[in-house]
Amino acid sequence: MTHSLSKSRFQLTRTPLLLLGLVLCTGILAVCLMVSVLLGAADIAPQTVWQALFQFDGSTEHLIIRTVRLPRAILAVFVGAALAVAGAITQGLTRNALAAPDILGINAGAALAMVLTIYFKTSNGNVWVAFGGAAISTLTVYWLGSMGRSGLTPLKLVIAGSALAYLLNSLMYGVLIFNQRTLDEIRFWLAGSLAGQDMASILPILPYIVAGLAGSLVLSRQLTLLSLGEDVAQGLGLRTAWVKVAAAAVVVLLAGSAVALTGPIGFVGLVVPHMVRFAVGVDYCWILPYAMISGGILLSIADLAARLVIRPQEIPVGIMTSLVGAPFFIYLARSRIKR
Amino acid sequence: MSTKPWLSIRPHRLPLSFRIDRRTPIVLAALALMALLSLVFNVSQGDYPVPPLEVAKTILGMPGSSDYAFVVHTLRLPRALVALLVGMGLAVAGAILQGITRNPLAAPEIIGINSGASLVAVAMIVLLPGISTAWLPLAAFAGGLGAAIAIYLLAWNQGSSPIRLILVGIGLTALTTALTNLMVTFGEINAVSQALVWLTGSVYGRSWEHLWPLLSWLLVFLPLTLVLARDLDALHLGDSLAQGLGSRVEWTRSLLLLCAVALAGASVATAGTVGFVGLMAPHLARQLVGPSHAGLLPTAALMGACIVELADLVGRLLFAPIELPCGVITAVVGAPYFLWLLYRSGR
Repeated sequence: MTHSLSKSRFQLTRTPLLLLGLVLCTGILAVCLMVSVLLGAADIAPQTVWQALFQFDGSTEHLIIRTVRLPRAILAVFVGAALAVAGAITQGLTRNALAAPDILGINAGAALAMVLTIYFKTSNGNVWVAFGGAAISTLTVYWLGSMGRSGLTPLKLVIAGSALAYLLNSLMYGVLIFNQRTLDEIRFWLAGSLAGQDMASILPILPYIVAGLAGSLVLSRQLTLLSLGEDVAQGLGLRTAWVKVAAAAVVVLLAGSAVALTGPIGFVGLVVPHMVRFAVGVDYCWILPYAMISGGILLSIADLAARLVIRPQEIPVGIMTSLVGAPFFIYLARSRIKR
Repeated sequence: MSTKPWLSIRPHRLPLSFRIDRRTPIVLAALALMALLSLVFNVSQGDYPVPPLEVAKTILGMPGSSDYAFVVHTLRLPRALVALLVGMGLAVAGAILQGITRNPLAAPEIIGINSGASLVAVAMIVLLPGISTAWLPLAAFAGGLGAAIAIYLLAWNQGSSPIRLILVGIGLTALTTALTNLMVTFGEINAVSQALVWLTGSVYGRSWEHLWPLLSWLLVFLPLTLVLARDLDALHLGDSLAQGLGSRVEWTRSLLLLCAVALAGASVATAGTVGFVGLMAPHLARQLVGPSHAGLLPTAALMGACIVELADLVGRLLFAPIELPCGVITAVVGAPYFLWLLYRSGR
């Protein structure tokens, strides 16, 4: 009795604080959105930007804002959110601090599927194909992760993922060697890039991302239980098999659509959940919304950096995130693995 | 108790002794025969088929075979020999890494040595297109060595731990892959295409000038590794036991790591990242001759040679006249094998 009472009091003091933080983060996200519309290869004055958004007159500058920068900024926010949430869910499901869609080879599966369709010209990269590729690699990793009494150790899961990614990547290179034109078309996408997307190509895929994000929020209580361990979750009355299937479907949806839009962008899914967990603790009801917003912020900032470092050219944002994220992974490996 | 399970080899003059499984000589002979046969068969197949017997005659320089001399000596033989040597280098590098990390899943491509070597080599192909390919092995070795040193230092936390070595290696692979991607994205498209073939691992168009540097690296480091086989056995038992047996743990581990880097680096420089050979060959060898490294290392080397030679053959014949890089073949065979190993070890 006293225990539950003290717990509820604790939550009472914590909840407003966390809500405030969420509002604050949303504010930062809005600022990032504005800055990424304001800055770019061409110098465009803030007033012009404002006019482009609300009094569109069809001039070149207005067109740049409307068709290049605005879609790109929106894309960064949604893809960042999708990757971060997919990472948070995989870390919870596998109970593995080093898990993320890119490290487990899920992104590579989606990318290979996309490259195959582009090569065979069946379509210009259908999102369902990306889902299929992501699903197959997710199933493989799951099968590996669920065997034995306690599943795989973090080490083995990470090694399995990197072997899977290696296989998928070398198949992808095998396809690309046959066709230099395909290579030239998609090499920028291959490194993970937000460039060159207009609203027409983003809009059909956005519903999937939104559905995945909503689905993750619905599952957040179950994910919190599941992250305590399978036995505990079952003891508390959770039907773990169903929750796992649903969570895996959400990961496939989010990672697949993110890769279909921008190519495989690494490490957002690894880094963001760790930052968020550091701030808000282990409750997925808070982790997931925070991860969505911080993922958007992180990818917006990374994209800004990728655009501005060697202006007027740009670096694919996936390279940017890897350059920042890989050292973080090494740091995690150093600090988490004591033996 | 009819036969001892072990053979001991003690040369009189040299301060060495090897203890090998009794099966080892037979296995080695069988594997050598297999490697030789696949070499001859690989040379005989192609757009212009040469009968295998003629191939053997031409290689041995017997009279009456000059018709095929150009095809065999200039076009196909160096390529097939490079495949053999690359397989040896990668396999022994893998065996060393599995020994010193005490992890049967470690391999040069998993723990980041290959990716360090490829980064430097791709940078050379893309950024300095005019430079002679003879520099490629040295550059790739430098890249692999740099990666290995970085991994070793970053994994150092009051001593080096095998698990941290692997995880840090995976992290470093991500970093170097990002940089390689940067080259692939901005390079001139023809250079990039060439770099991609190389990244997948291929012995396409390799000639004698590629063969000699590789051979010289192997001639230095394969014997050195064999001399260190006993230390590798000791390390395989665990750091404290190795120390108890009188092995200078950190020193021998660094020396063995250097050998692995040199072998992997020279192979990667010549043929690109032919994946999973360093993983598969030592495992198959271990099933044949057991875990003692004095027998395991040469067996793994010949096994690796067979694997790459056969992969090259399959890659050439499967979609002829288009060639698949042999790295794709080894990855398609090796990754499922790897996952199966993982599955078995998890149960």
